[in-house]
Amino acid sequence: MSMRSETKMVPTRPVGIVPERDLDHCPVLEASHLGIEFGGLHAVDDFNLVIGKTEIAGLIGPNGAGKTTVFNLLTKVYQPTMGTILLNGRDTAGMNTIQVNQHGIARTFQNIRLFNNMSVEDNVRIGLHNQIKYGMFSGIFRLPTFWKNEKRQHEKAPDLLSILNRQDMADVPAGSLPYGAQRRLEIIRALATNPSLLLLDEPAAGMNPHETEELMQNIVKIRDQFQIAVLLIEHDMNLVMGICEGICVLNFGKIIAKGTAAEIQSNPTVIEAYLGKRKEG
Amino acid sequence: MKKISKTTKSNFITYALVIVAFIFCQIWLKGVIPGFKMGKALRGQMVPICVYIVMAISLNLVVGISGELSLGHAGFMSVGAFTGAVASAWLLGAFAMENEILRLIIAMLMGGCIAAIAGVIIGVPVLRLRGDYLAIVTLAFGEIIKNVMNCMYFSLDGGRLYVAFNDPSLPGKMLIDGPKGTKGVSTIASFGMGFALIIVTLIVVLNLINSRSGRAIMAIRDNRIAAESVGLNITKYKMMAFVTSSAICGMAGALYGLNYSSVVATKFNFNTSILVLVFVVLGGIGNIRGSIIAAALLTILPELLREFADYRMLVYAIVLILVMLATNNPKLRLLIDNIVGKIKGGKHSAKEADKA
Repeated sequence: MSMRSETKMVPTRPVGIVPERDLDHCPVLEASHLGIEFGGLHAVDDFNLVIGKTEIAGLIGPNGAGKTTVFNLLTKVYQPTMGTILLNGRDTAGMNTIQVNQHGIARTFQNIRLFNNMSVEDNVRIGLHNQIKYGMFSGIFRLPTFWKNEKRQHEKAPDLLSILNRQDMADVPAGSLPYGAQRRLEIIRALATNPSLLLLDEPAAGMNPHETEELMQNIVKIRDQFQIAVLLIEHDMNLVMGICEGICVLNFGKIIAKGTAAEIQSNPTVIEAYLGKRKEG
Repeated sequence: MKKISKTTKSNFITYALVIVAFIFCQIWLKGVIPGFKMGKALRGQMVPICVYIVMAISLNLVVGISGELSLGHAGFMSVGAFTGAVASAWLLGAFAMENEILRLIIAMLMGGCIAAIAGVIIGVPVLRLRGDYLAIVTLAFGEIIKNVMNCMYFSLDGGRLYVAFNDPSLPGKMLIDGPKGTKGVSTIASFGMGFALIIVTLIVVLNLINSRSGRAIMAIRDNRIAAESVGLNITKYKMMAFVTSSAICGMAGALYGLNYSSVVATKFNFNTSILVLVFVVLGGIGNIRGSIIAAALLTILPELLREFADYRMLVYAIVLILVMLATNNPKLRLLIDNIVGKIKGGKHSAKEADKA
């Protein structure tokens, strides 16, 4: 066990779903033989995935394939029963959700989870919680560190909101935002935690084609501006094929294909998983 | 000019309300205006009102801000009351501390500290539970404290403090005599100190809520899973709210214990916990100002209902139910909003008229 918790050397084998994306061969995430068993059911089995720095990767698959379970494994909502996850070359064994976040994975949720009773700005400030710190006593007694760091938070929040053009809504309670804006706020909150890998769980769910188009541009913009990797689950194939540099297809908890958009589109196994087998004769 | 935020304004109103109420009560108490002097029954209620206001604010920190239901806050009050009574007598006996105000402050601080320790001991196992389970365990805690206090004996003999469990044969002057409660406490609690405690509590609670830690506490209340996903330490912030609340309860308890020459442990039973919870619910969960007003009014109410004699608690219950129904009635709320809107609108138009 002690061996596992040590920082591993960066592997020299080809990395990334699409190898040439990861030029310096230093992956953000490396999951090997990852799996979880729920009472005999292998929800995810032998999941191998390497995501390079600044790679936008897609995780697709039919309903119930185990995509969200993979996210829950990566963020340690579930502790994997098999395999290892290396995050920036560091083994995450034994870490909990909070520590994984502090080491660089931030996520959004399929069903939006915002702090509904708090303002939009406060939601972003919660994301900044571990970036801009001061203690409880400076807060209660209003010590100079309180004023200094509150000011920093107050200045940083609009910067983050402006990435997705939400700065005008800072004082609105998060719960009263329209659906699309709530999804965007969730992404901003995740970004505020300063991640190196952003996990987006169906970011385009419930969005119209116009909003989806905007979202695609935003995801690329976030990647370029923050120099982070993005792994997204999505059913909207226009989005996935449009922006994902590497795509990984999951079915019944197992990876059935990996590759670029073109490769995936022409892969017979993938077509079979989605559409079923063509009748012989 | 810098824009004053909505919360700052709201907090300012809360402080102003308490200060104005205090000044009004002082005038009433001292009888500055002839023919306008507080009756004796009500005068005796002034310190308890302060205590219950502080209790309501501190319970609101747990129920409203941290979102956990605690039914054992009378337990922390009890710990504070007995610690305060012993501390006060000990300071007088062992250190000959004659200054009442200083003795009261130290006794309150000690009550707060011991209650905070009790809060940590209860909080560590209990805050792993959620919802109903937490309520059940805190309820049990309140009962356990009550029964433990029923068996505690403290005595002071020439500056030495003696403690015994279930054994009344102690030397010297008894301070806590088991089921008979505290004995011969010098009643040093004062309305002024009660007011000071309310202000300190308000500063601590309101500043905590409007800080990084307070936001984390509220975020965990709103969505635990999301809070974990952005790296908030759930246990730490739940503990922070719970222990802060129990410390404040302990201080309120110390003030309460030093207001009567004798207080028995059974005073701090389940009913007291529920009473404070009623203040919080009636004043609005998470609404600090509401808690203050509800605690003050509902502490006075039984006194005002004295003429109903035997039916007093019945009328009290009916009043509670009616208030609940009335404040939750959407039509009535709309009416109130309209009236408030008209008053504000009226002011606005008056100002405009002035300008013209």
